[in-house]
Formats: sequence, structure tokens, C-alpha cells
Amino acid sequence: MAAIKPGESYGFFTDTSICIGCKACEVACKEWNQLEGNQAAFLADSYDNTGQLDAQNWRHVKFIDNVPENSTAAGNGTAFLMMSDVCKHCKHASCMEVCPTGAIIRTEFDTVFIQQDVCNGCRNCVAACPYSVIGMNQATGTAHKCTLCYDRLQGGLQPACAKACPTQSIQFGPLAELQQAADVRLAALHSQGVTQAQLYGRNDTVYGGLNAFFLLMDKPEAYGLPNSANAVLPSRNDLGGYLGALATAVVGVIAGLIAFRRRVTG
Amino acid sequence: MLLAAAEHFVRAPQWTWYILGYFFFAGLSGGAYAVATLLRLAGDQRDEAAARIGFYVSFVALLFCPVLLTVDLGAGWSRFWHMLVNVTPGDQSLSFKYWSPMSVGAWALFVFGLFATVSALESYVLDRRREPLSRPLGGPVGLLFNIIGAVLALFLASYTGVLLSVSNQPVWSDTWALGGLFLASGLGGATALIAWLTRYRSEAAFSLARLHAAGGYFAILELILLVVFFVTISIAGTAGRTVALLPLWALALVGVAAALVGARGRARVEPGGGAAVVARTGTNAVIISLLVLAGVLALRAAVIFSAQ
Repeated sequence: MAAIKPGESYGFFTDTSICIGCKACEVACKEWNQLEGNQAAFLADSYDNTGQLDAQNWRHVKFIDNVPENSTAAGNGTAFLMMSDVCKHCKHASCMEVCPTGAIIRTEFDTVFIQQDVCNGCRNCVAACPYSVIGMNQATGTAHKCTLCYDRLQGGLQPACAKACPTQSIQFGPLAELQQAADVRLAALHSQGVTQAQLYGRNDTVYGGLNAFFLLMDKPEAYGLPNSANAVLPSRNDLGGYLGALATAVVGVIAGLIAFRRRVTG
Repeated sequence: MLLAAAEHFVRAPQWTWYILGYFFFAGLSGGAYAVATLLRLAGDQRDEAAARIGFYVSFVALLFCPVLLTVDLGAGWSRFWHMLVNVTPGDQSLSFKYWSPMSVGAWALFVFGLFATVSALESYVLDRRREPLSRPLGGPVGLLFNIIGAVLALFLASYTGVLLSVSNQPVWSDTWALGGLFLASGLGGATALIAWLTRYRSEAAFSLARLHAAGGYFAILELILLVVFFVTISIAGTAGRTVALLPLWALALVGVAAALVGARGRARVEPGGGAAVVARTGTNAVIISLLVLAGVLALRAAVIFSAQ
């Protein structure tokens, strides 16, 4: 891969059709970012005992039950849809929009990054992130998520998860190159009759486009991802919310004036 | 303005007790200042005592707000000021994002604090003087001061609802009514609290009947907005999340009903006027005020926990 240069957009292309669920990405992420992980738990949910993305899990391999109701020909069954989930580094990021402190910034690599020395732990970003990515680190009291290995990028290294992925399901690179590769891969799958394959976040219909986008083998909702109709920003409610409050204030003031103007006789 | 049905995959927001307390006191503080200003604007000299109670209530309730907000922050006391100042290295500046209600609210709380403090201080100075004293902030300047303070107060009492809506949480983000709902509830709660406190200040008794009347109007407004709230989240398909909190919703409705009963009681005792009102409704007024305040708290708890 060519040298990583500030000023260019970088991201991930995660091809779920070749993810084998090995979780090497989870391990590599934890090791590089020195994440202690949560207390080990048996979730009784397929092969997934990580559970979710949070302050200690910046990569999470989802195992989505996809056992067909009817028997299928040998080699055509898929018991699980597997997907290595991660922060999407949205172009129009909900977390960044609501953050009151300016702690969440877009870096010189066009990724979304939480500055730990600025964040004050208000948790507004947790309420806003539509992908349930951000978690609170109880030790630091601040919000944490994938940094897209900001420190590695600054050193000219690709992110740890992409480096560790044995099947190249996770690809890292300049966004334009990744998008081109995704288009080629999608066309190949479609030509092979895998018509359910689709790209998620490749174009601007979801939060203006995702720097970490996916090739999915089912509709986005099956993976717990909002489709383009539901990919909405928190600020959509600014106008309606304030107008509702303003109308109430006007009516309330008028009501108060009427009540307090009335004279008591006697 | 009804929103399209939304499918949510967002994590629970982890806002609980401290935020509930903040929303409660912010509603009371903002509501009390607005009611006190309305008493001064629309009432006569005999309403001044009740107005001053309102300014005291506003100030005392406000004291809880920054404490609760700061305790709630994960990073603790040392970083509350990051709400106001961006400390990003190389980009230090005041932090104000008009599209983020939390950012605007932090500034509103800060600026309103000045108004609430000055108005409470003025009330204190006036109360301490034995001889009649003209208001230190009298005339058009004082009026303008109170009106600006009241605008900020109305914002403080309402923005907490808008803050919830400006998220991607189920229920919260599926309605536009929360700002108005919290404002109506805050005005009602503040009115009930001021009415209660008139028991301890005989010259304020003159305003009691009209406070109950105002409380009735605010309760009707709250009731209408509650209907709007449930209609909007029903359309969004998230109303089912509120069912588990039925006792809290019921308590919120009891508060609304209590305010309406209080308003009806006013009509019955109106001919007595003045101190006679207190004498005849004293106990009931306390119960009504307590129920209204419990309703204000329950409403906020029901809304906050609906998304958890």
C-alpha cells in the first residue's frame, strides 16, 4: 500500500462475504490499543461472547443466525451472517454533531476521533450514535470508540485489525480506492448469482457516506444497521423541538397574563 | 409535523438519576422565574410578595442544577467548563454549537444564573428594608431585565425536552413535543410551589387564587401536549416502550388532575379573597402542590426511562 498521507480520506471496506468469524481483528485491536476487555461472560449466543461494541470492544464480530427454514443443497447453506463491526466514521457523524465540548473531531485522515483530554463524559454522543458504537470507560469517565488506529496512521502504519485479518475481509486504504474495490467485488458476486449482496455506506445515502463501509449479504436491518430511510441525524429534531417549545411558551405566557390579570373582588 | 416511523439500533443513553434531578430543578427554576415575572407584569402591587417568592424559588432551585449536572459527568468536576470552552490544542475558543441543545443549554444555564441571582438579591434587599423602598431595578430597565430573564427562564425549562429529542433514541427522538411538555410541566410545578410557599408569607396570600388559576391553565396545556406526545410516538411505533412505566405516567396525570382541582377550588373560595383564601384552602393547597410537584418529577422520570 502507498504511504499514508494526511489530508487524504482513509477508511475500511469490510467484506462480510469472506469473514470467517475468527475474531483476529478483535484481538489485534485490543492488543494494540491496550484494551483490557470486559469481564469474560458466556452469552449463550452462537460463538459471540463479546456481545457489543463498547468502550472495551472497538471491533466486534457479529454472528447473526441465518439458518434457512428449509433444507438446502450441500454447500449453499449459511448458518451465520458474520460481520466485523466497527465505528463507521460517518461523513455526517451524529456523535460529532451533538458533542457540546468539541471533543469529537475529524482528523487529518478524515476519520472521527474522540479527544480524551477534552471529553468530559456527558454521554450525549452515546445517546446519539445510531450504531451503538460509543461506550463509557468507567476508569477514565470519558467516551471511547475506535480511533481507526489514529496513532498507527500517524506513524504510517495501517490499522491493527486490517493488518491482522487473515481473509482480507477488512481492507484499509484511501477511500476512493476502497470504493472502487467494493464496486468490483459487488459486480463479481452479482455475476455469480449472489444477488442479495449489497454495499452499505458506499454512497452518501447513509450519513453522507461511511468511511468504514460494508459489503453485506442481506438487508442492513438484518445486521442491526439502519437503512437509508432510518439513517437520520439528531439535528432533524432541532427545529420541531424548539418550535414546539416556543408555541408552548407563547401560550403559557398568555395564560399566565390572563390568570394574573384577573382581579379578586370582595 | 409528524415523524416517519423510525427503527432504532442505538445504545441506551445511560442518563439516570442526576439528570432526572437536573431536569426537575431546571423546570422549577425556569418556571418560577417566568411566573414571578408574569406576576410583576400583569399583577398589581399586591402580587409583589408572591413574585418575590418566585424569584427566591428560582434561585434556590437553580443552585441544584450545576451541582447535579457536574456530578453526572463521567470526568467529574474538573471538566464542566469544557461545556463552555473548547480546549482542543491549537483550537482554544468558546464552545457554542447552536444545533446542539446541550451546548446551548449550558450557556443558557450560565447566563440565566446571573439573572436569577440578581433578581433574588433584589428581592432580598427589598424584603430587608422596613421602610417602603423603590425597586433597585425599577422602571423600564428593571422591566426589561425581568423580561430577558424570563425568556432565558422559559428556555431553561424547555430545552431539556428538546435535548432529549435531538438524539437517536427511541421515544425521545420520535416526537417534537417534549420541549413544550417539559415547559408546561415546569410552569405548573413552579406555580404550585409558589402557591404552597404563600402559606409562610401572609401578604402573598392575595395571589394564591390566581396562582391556582394559572396552574389550571398550565395543566390544560400539559394535558394537550401529553396527548400530542403519545400520538407522535404511536405513529413512530415506539409507544409500547412507555407501558412498563405506567405508574409514573399515572402519577404525572395525578399531578395534572390536582392542578385542575386546585383551579376549580379557586372559583369556590374566590369571594373571600386575600387571607380568607388561605384560611379556607390551606391544607388542600399543600396537598395539591405536593401532588403537582410529584407529577412534574414523575413525568420527567417516565420520559427519561422510556428510552433505557
